[in-house]
Amino acid sequence: MVYLTPLLALLLTVLTSTIVFSLLGVNPLEALENFFIKPIDNQYGATELLVKATPLILCAIGLSVGFRANVWNIGAEGQLTMGAIIGGGVFIYLHDVESVLLLPAMILMGAAGGALWAAIPAFLKTRFNANEILTSLMLVYVAILVLSLLVHGPWRDPDGFNFPESRTFSESATMPILMEGTRLHFGTIIALLAVFGTWIMLSKTLVGFQVKVIGAAPKAGSYAGFSQKKIIWFCLLFGGAMAGLAGVSEVSGPVGQLLPSISPGYGFTAIIVAFLGRLHPVGIIFAGLLMALTYLGGETAQINLGLPVAVTGVFQGMVLFYLLACDVLVNYRFKMVRFGKAAS
Amino acid sequence: MSGMDWIVPVILTVITAATPLVFAGIGELITEKSGVLNLGVEGMMVVGAVTAFVTATVTGSYILAVLAAALSGAFMAFLFGILTLSLMANQVATGLALTLFGVGLSALIGQDFVGVPVDAIAKLNIPGLSDLPVVGPIIFGQDPLVYLSLVIVALVSWFLYKTKAGLILRAVGDSHDAAHSIGYSVIGIRYLAVMFGGAMSGIGGAYLSLAYTPMWAENMTAGRGWIALALIVFATWKPGLVLIGAYMFGGITILQLHAQAAGLDLPSQILSMLPYVATVVVLVLISKDESRIRKHAPACIGKIFHPAA
Repeated sequence: MVYLTPLLALLLTVLTSTIVFSLLGVNPLEALENFFIKPIDNQYGATELLVKATPLILCAIGLSVGFRANVWNIGAEGQLTMGAIIGGGVFIYLHDVESVLLLPAMILMGAAGGALWAAIPAFLKTRFNANEILTSLMLVYVAILVLSLLVHGPWRDPDGFNFPESRTFSESATMPILMEGTRLHFGTIIALLAVFGTWIMLSKTLVGFQVKVIGAAPKAGSYAGFSQKKIIWFCLLFGGAMAGLAGVSEVSGPVGQLLPSISPGYGFTAIIVAFLGRLHPVGIIFAGLLMALTYLGGETAQINLGLPVAVTGVFQGMVLFYLLACDVLVNYRFKMVRFGKAAS
Repeated sequence: MSGMDWIVPVILTVITAATPLVFAGIGELITEKSGVLNLGVEGMMVVGAVTAFVTATVTGSYILAVLAAALSGAFMAFLFGILTLSLMANQVATGLALTLFGVGLSALIGQDFVGVPVDAIAKLNIPGLSDLPVVGPIIFGQDPLVYLSLVIVALVSWFLYKTKAGLILRAVGDSHDAAHSIGYSVIGIRYLAVMFGGAMSGIGGAYLSLAYTPMWAENMTAGRGWIALALIVFATWKPGLVLIGAYMFGGITILQLHAQAAGLDLPSQILSMLPYVATVVVLVLISKDESRIRKHAPACIGKIFHPAA
């Protein structure tokens, strides 16, 4: 049942969307074809799916570890932005350096930047008991404003006609392309490694065990001597680092420079990906691909059918809604009871 | 008098910036008092904002627009209720889902209305009184929603602490098992509380799109729903303090407008960060005292109610 409900939720979402499509005056079958089949019926489309899934999977894998331990970091979008800023900043200051070490340095600093941004809610939670949901979310807005400040000011491209964007990243600051003629880049490999590493961490290491115990039974965790605060720190730093990786792999991959807006809400959609993937590394890969498909499908449907791009957001929200509703089937067992005979 | 000319416009903008927070905050206060944590305030607000805006442009009636916003917010909250109260889903995850869904849905509804102009809700104009210096525009020259927000805070305060129904609501929030055992419908009461919260968030959103900045833009709530949630912690779940907190945050929000006018040479982004940074700082200051939070927070907040059959 645990693994069936995501499929059930998806089915219900598709059924509901056919109604939405009809209301928008579009043939539902045609809309579904444009949403789910057309974007990936060719090789380029299939690689684009991986390009879009990469940041989603990275953010979601980081969030999933926190969610398992009831650490509600919902600021992945901000940590992604900070990863892009710090990782991209390495290039901004070393832009005339041609070195094979430049990209690795950027990737490391990107992860560090995300972790640093997530360290703020971790510190405020463990030291001052401040709710991490609210603090991590507030920091999303702050990070986006920091990025805007930098690309409008000190980091603006000196030859860029005053547009608010940084210089374009040089060859040695750009993720290697994995397949000629596509945008598929090395970041996808990083994401897969992260998924694999997280799987090992959760199933084979003590800290992974502690995460699961503290999430499932906090009291048992403290009885076993596991430190709640240590796990909060770990979950936030890990989630922040993953989101930071996503950010730096976006700006040194498909985006190619720092812009005021570098993500169409990957950090928020990743929350849906994490839940839809049942907080499990393998599930997250599938969920990440599916949510990536909704981004591509939204674009295709806009071009071919004139559907608004916002349909993507509605679709994504609906999937999570239905999933949470269907989970009643996982958590409880229904029983038919006749009146008067209940309460046995 | 002439040196103080700036005071009246500053107070007026503080009021407009604070009013959406007052609505959303007081609504969520009732929701939380019943023991439910609805993190979907942002989503309900943004749907309220778009509903109000579309209704106002199509029908031309602001009364209908505000009513429609309240209904749309209450409907969103009803969905939240179905999931968390009837299907016993996790409240944190469902609230997040509500926000993500609301942001998408509002963008879909409002796509044809971006950039369409409307007139701001008319301000009260009592000949004679509204023309008085200082007190005229501040006390007698607001739009009807500002007065409504103050009336609602007063009513909620009276309801919670002076009526039997309010006592029952608090009982449900503090001990749902006890309330259930003496025969109150925990789920029914929570549905009402959650939907009241949704309706208020919807009106808060309507205020944004009809009065604060009379227009529609995607994501125009810009985190105000989350600030409203922080406000309740700040207010330690007391209606009067929600009001004061909302006006404080309103003051911080408009600081950026007036700091620039006053010739303060800071990048606009730094000033725009202020409300978010202030929210974090305030949360830290209040949450530091763990026992105080424990004493004031509804004891059953966020807990699933599952009556033993």
